[in-house]
Amino acid sequence: MNELAAATAESLDVEAVRAQFPILARTVNGRPLLFLDSAASSQKPRRVVEELRRFYYEDYANIHRGVYELSQRASQLHDQARRAVQRFLGARDWREIVFVRSTTEAINLVAWSFLRPRLRPGDEILVTEMEHHANIVPWQIVAGERDARVVVVPVTDAGELDLDALRRMLGPRTRLLAVTWVSNVLGTVNPVAEIAALARARGVPVLVDAAQAAPHLPVDVAALGCDFLAFSAHKMYGPTGVGVLWARLEHLEAMPPWQGGGDMIDRVSFAGTTFADPPFRFEAGTPDIAGIVALREAVAFVEALGRARIAAYEAALVARLEARLGEIPGVRVLGRPARRASAVAFTVDGVHHQDLGTMLDLEGVCIRTGHHCAMPLHARFGLAGSARASVAVYNTREEIERFADILARTIALLRG
Amino acid sequence: MSEIRAEEEAIVEEFALFDQPRDKLEYLLELGRDLPPLEEAAKTEANRVRGCQSNVWMVAEFDPATRRLTLRADSDALIVRGLIALLLRLYSGRTPEEILTTPPEVFARIGLGRLLTPGRQNGLWAMVERIRAIARAFAGAEVAAGSA
Repeated sequence: MNELAAATAESLDVEAVRAQFPILARTVNGRPLLFLDSAASSQKPRRVVEELRRFYYEDYANIHRGVYELSQRASQLHDQARRAVQRFLGARDWREIVFVRSTTEAINLVAWSFLRPRLRPGDEILVTEMEHHANIVPWQIVAGERDARVVVVPVTDAGELDLDALRRMLGPRTRLLAVTWVSNVLGTVNPVAEIAALARARGVPVLVDAAQAAPHLPVDVAALGCDFLAFSAHKMYGPTGVGVLWARLEHLEAMPPWQGGGDMIDRVSFAGTTFADPPFRFEAGTPDIAGIVALREAVAFVEALGRARIAAYEAALVARLEARLGEIPGVRVLGRPARRASAVAFTVDGVHHQDLGTMLDLEGVCIRTGHHCAMPLHARFGLAGSARASVAVYNTREEIERFADILARTIALLRG
Repeated sequence: MSEIRAEEEAIVEEFALFDQPRDKLEYLLELGRDLPPLEEAAKTEANRVRGCQSNVWMVAEFDPATRRLTLRADSDALIVRGLIALLLRLYSGRTPEEILTTPPEVFARIGLGRLLTPGRQNGLWAMVERIRAIARAFAGAEVAAGSA
């Protein structure tokens, strides 16, 4: 398996991939750009940017409105993007794909439309200690409205979910389990199919935050066995402003609208309004049409490379990154999970992460510093923040080596 | 020229020695290392300046006799300590009125102006806002007392 993975990884022509990302050729502060913050947002390949331009120049009009050619064409491209995402996720029906603004909005939609109406005082929402704030705060808000409780599955010292605790915490009052597939800080890949099976065996619906998984791992919602899955286009080589919620059709059909407006109605009158069927019921107002159209190109970009190949290639980079970080005196890598995707977080003894990020910027190095929207996870490790390097398919082995060398030098400088 | 503007001229002269961003930041690191630390007891939630990626604490003492405000501050990040050193040179020991009428111009002049953008993680903007809020409190008290 390792040999196979290595062979697959080597078969990825990273220079050909890089050639599709014009920004990677630029310099920052006089140094070649060394971009290791793709977990915050990925760079965009030419075909995505070209499609945005082409759509605005050649096919742009509002969708679902006009009978004229341009509007029909735009509506068709928008619909094709939905079907591309459906295939990409292994969803059985295009109506299960709801376009939203972001992963955050997708989670809020589920919190307000699915969960809130069925939440009673004393009910529990199960989340984990390694969630992004976007998968914590919406649940806290609806729990607060309904006198329900947010219950937290702990993270082990290794940076993995405590599955025994999770089993115990899935109780008769649990109304939903919300879990991230890949930690945006630790890079931990959680066994979400196993977790979803545990929850579903007890009749608990499961939401998977796939924001950090969709760019890096093969996704198949049928195999996962979850109820909801959300991701953002912008972390997956697509445009900003577009998120995707996949949900089982029976859930969507039972869910009331969350936001009202145009395009989500059946008939409107002051005597009473009836609503459109899913997914349109949840897509009030003019969406980011161009962003959605161009998301199809991001999906095509990932599919052309192959998700298994991307995963194998990136796994080799992450392993090397972790090894090099471990060799630098004073660097402490957070967690040692059995499987990591893309991100490695670390602290440096005696050096504040903000100073590190600022000095690395001078070398053209982009990494994230701070709490990475995961304050509870940092608190779990007794930290206020950390530094995080994260890779994407356009990063090279040489960049990892260069980053480690620059980091070692910068730490020496900061320690004076 | 106001005392603050005079100090700004001195800082501009110091930074004229450096033309590379790296040298400027290394100088800030040096200033940061030399900044006297704040005693642990002063590092309270009330003294914490919100809006910084690092922790910043600031304390102020107003001397009604001289009408001068003494500021002290600290951070757990070194570059921020360097920025604090510059801010204290500008604003500590001045009157609330001079502080309020003299927003910092020096950061743009020494090529660090982008650090002053609201929302920047270094918190320089938040620290300047805190200093101005402190000055307003004492200027306001004075005005209120005077009008009574």
